Amino acid sequence: MNENELTETRRRFLTRLSIALGSIATAIVAIPAVGFLLGLRKPPRVWRTVGAVNDFQIGSTVKVSFLDPSPLSWAGVTAQTAAWLRREGDQQFIAFSVDCTHLGCPVRWLPDANLFMCPCHGGVFYSNGTVASGPPPRPLTQYPVRVQDNQIQILTSPLPIT
Amino acid sequence: MLKRAWCWFDDITGVSNWLVPILHHPVPHARKSAWSYVFGSATLFVFLLQIVTGIALASGYVASTGQAYDTLLFISGTTFGRIVRGIHAFGASAMVILIGIHAIRVYLMGAYKYPRQMNWLTGAGLLLFTLLMAFTGQLLRWDQTGFWSVVIAAEQAGRTPFIGNWLGRFILAGDTAGGATLSRFFAAHVFFIPALIFLFLGFHLYLVLHNGISEPPKAGRPVDPKTYRAWYQELLAREGQPFWPDVAWRDVVLGFLVILTIVTLAVAVGPPALGKPPDPTIIEASPRPEWYFLWYYALLTLIPRWSENYVIILGPALFGAVLVLLPLVAGKGERSPIRRPWSLAVVAFAVFMIAFFGAKGHVAPWSPRMDAPPLPAEVVGTTTGPIADGANVFHKKGCEYCHKVAGYGGIRGPDLTYAAQRMTAAQMTTRIFSGAENMPSYTGNLTPQELTSLLAFLESRRRRPPGLSSAQ
Repeated sequence: MNENELTETRRRFLTRLSIALGSIATAIVAIPAVGFLLGLRKPPRVWRTVGAVNDFQIGSTVKVSFLDPSPLSWAGVTAQTAAWLRREGDQQFIAFSVDCTHLGCPVRWLPDANLFMCPCHGGVFYSNGTVASGPPPRPLTQYPVRVQDNQIQILTSPLPIT
Repeated sequence: MLKRAWCWFDDITGVSNWLVPILHHPVPHARKSAWSYVFGSATLFVFLLQIVTGIALASGYVASTGQAYDTLLFISGTTFGRIVRGIHAFGASAMVILIGIHAIRVYLMGAYKYPRQMNWLTGAGLLLFTLLMAFTGQLLRWDQTGFWSVVIAAEQAGRTPFIGNWLGRFILAGDTAGGATLSRFFAAHVFFIPALIFLFLGFHLYLVLHNGISEPPKAGRPVDPKTYRAWYQELLAREGQPFWPDVAWRDVVLGFLVILTIVTLAVAVGPPALGKPPDPTIIEASPRPEWYFLWYYALLTLIPRWSENYVIILGPALFGAVLVLLPLVAGKGERSPIRRPWSLAVVAFAVFMIAFFGAKGHVAPWSPRMDAPPLPAEVVGTTTGPIADGANVFHKKGCEYCHKVAGYGGIRGPDLTYAAQRMTAAQMTTRIFSGAENMPSYTGNLTPQELTSLLAFLESRRRRPPGLSSAQ
C-alpha cells in the first residue's frame, strides 16, 4: 500500500467530517437569517385617542384615523390606520375595521344610504356592521373602543384575516 | 495585436474550447415549424431587458413604505426614468405573454417527453417565478393599488387551511401593512426570486444543451425512451444544423422585434400611471389586479360563492400539480398534437378562460360604480315633483351604484331604464324591502315619502311612445 494513500476508514471519516462541518456552517448562518425573516414584529396593542366624545353626533358614522402601536420611522403614511366610528348612544361607540370581510378591500360608508359598500365585489353591510348583501362571509370586524376622560380611544388591532 | 491579445486570453481561460461547441451544437432541422422555436429565447431576451431596467430603477428607488411612492414620482419625472419604467412595465407583460406562448408550444409539440422532462419542470418553475415577479413588481409601485394588493394577498393567503393566518401575517411582515412590509417585497422581487430564476434558468439552458433541442413532432413517431437518444443522435448526424448562426438568427430577429416594440411602447405610451399615495386612511380605493391576474380575479368572483374558499387555494395548487405531473405521467409516446387532440382542447380551453374571464374582469360588472353621478334632468324627465325626488333618492341611497338607468350607473343589478315595464309597484316595493342575495334590504332605511318618490321615479321608467319627447 502506498504510504501517501489514505485508508478507507480514514477517507470515510474525512468525507463525513466535511459534510458535518458544511452542515453546521449552513445551519449557524441559516438559523438567524431565516429566523429574522420569519420573526414577525408583534407590537403591543395600545389605546389610541381618536377624538373627544362631543366631536361625534349620535347616530352618525365617520372615518377616524389613528397611528399604529409602534410605527417605524420610515413607515410614512402607512403608519396610519383608518376605522369607521359610529356613535350609538351617549357613551356608546362602535369602531369598525375598514377592511371588507370578503377580501380586505376598504369599505366606504354611504351616509345617505346608511350602508357600508365595498368597491371590489359590491359587498354591503348595514350600519351595525352586519352583512346586507354580496359575498362577505361575516359582519365587519369591530375594534375594541372605550371612552376615557371624555376621549374616545380605539385599541390598535391586527389586520383581521379571515 | 488584438488577435494576439485574444489568443493570450483564450489560452489562459479556455473560453473558446467551451463556447464554440455550444454555439455550433447541432440542432434538428425544424423546417416549417422553425419559427415556433423562438419564444423561449425571446423570453430570455426580455428577462435580460428586465435586469438592465430593473437595476436602473433600483438605483433610484427607496424601498421604504414612507418614501417609495415619492421616489417613483421622482423617477417618472425624468425623461429617461419615465422610459425605463415604461420598458420595465411593458417588459413584464411581454415576459408573461412570451413564457406563456413558449409553454404552450412545448406542450402542444409534446417536447416535455423523454428525455426532456426536467426541461419542462425547470420551465414550470420559471413560469411560477415570472408570475411572482409580475405580482411583486406591480406592488413595488406602492401607490394605493400596491398597498391594497398586499392586504388582499394577505387575505387570500389567509384562506389556506391551518397555516392561513400565519401566512397572511408573513406576507404583511407583521400584524398590519406598515413599515416592514415593502422591504420584504423589494427583497423578494430584487434578490430572492431573481436568484431562483438564475438558478433554474442556468439548469434549464444546460438541459437544452444536454438533451438537445427537440425535433418537430411527427404523427406516428412516438418517443421510446429505450431508443430515443440513439435515434436523436443519428438524426442530428444526418440533418443537424449548427445553432449559430443557422438557427439562432431567428431568435435574434424575434428578440429584436420584441425589444423594439417594448421600447416604442415605453416611449409612446409611457409607464403605468401612479395612483393615489399608499395612505390607508384614503378610503376611496378600488384596487384592481394587473391584466395577467384579471382573469383569475374574475373567475373567483363568478364561481358559486360557496366554492370560492376551495378554488382560491386549490385552483393554483391544482395548476401547479398538473404542471409537475404532466411530464412524469406522460413522459413517452406520441408527441404530435394530431395524435393528442385533447392537448389542443386543453390549450383552447386555457386561452378561452384567460380571454373570456379577462374581458369579464376588465368590465368587472360585479363592482358597484360608486362614482356614478346623479341622473341628469333629461334622463329623469323633470326637475320637480315626486319623480325628480325619486331620482334623487335613487342616487342618494346607492341604488344607482348597481342599477343602470339610461346609461348611468352600475351593472351589478338589473338595468332599470325601463323598470316599470318589468315590475309592478307592488313587486318593486317587495324587492326594495326584502333585498336579494346581492341587494341590501331597505327596510327601515326609507321614509314613507322617500319610498313614494322612489316608486314614482321607477314607475316613470318606461319606453316612451313614439312622437313624445318628454316623459311627462
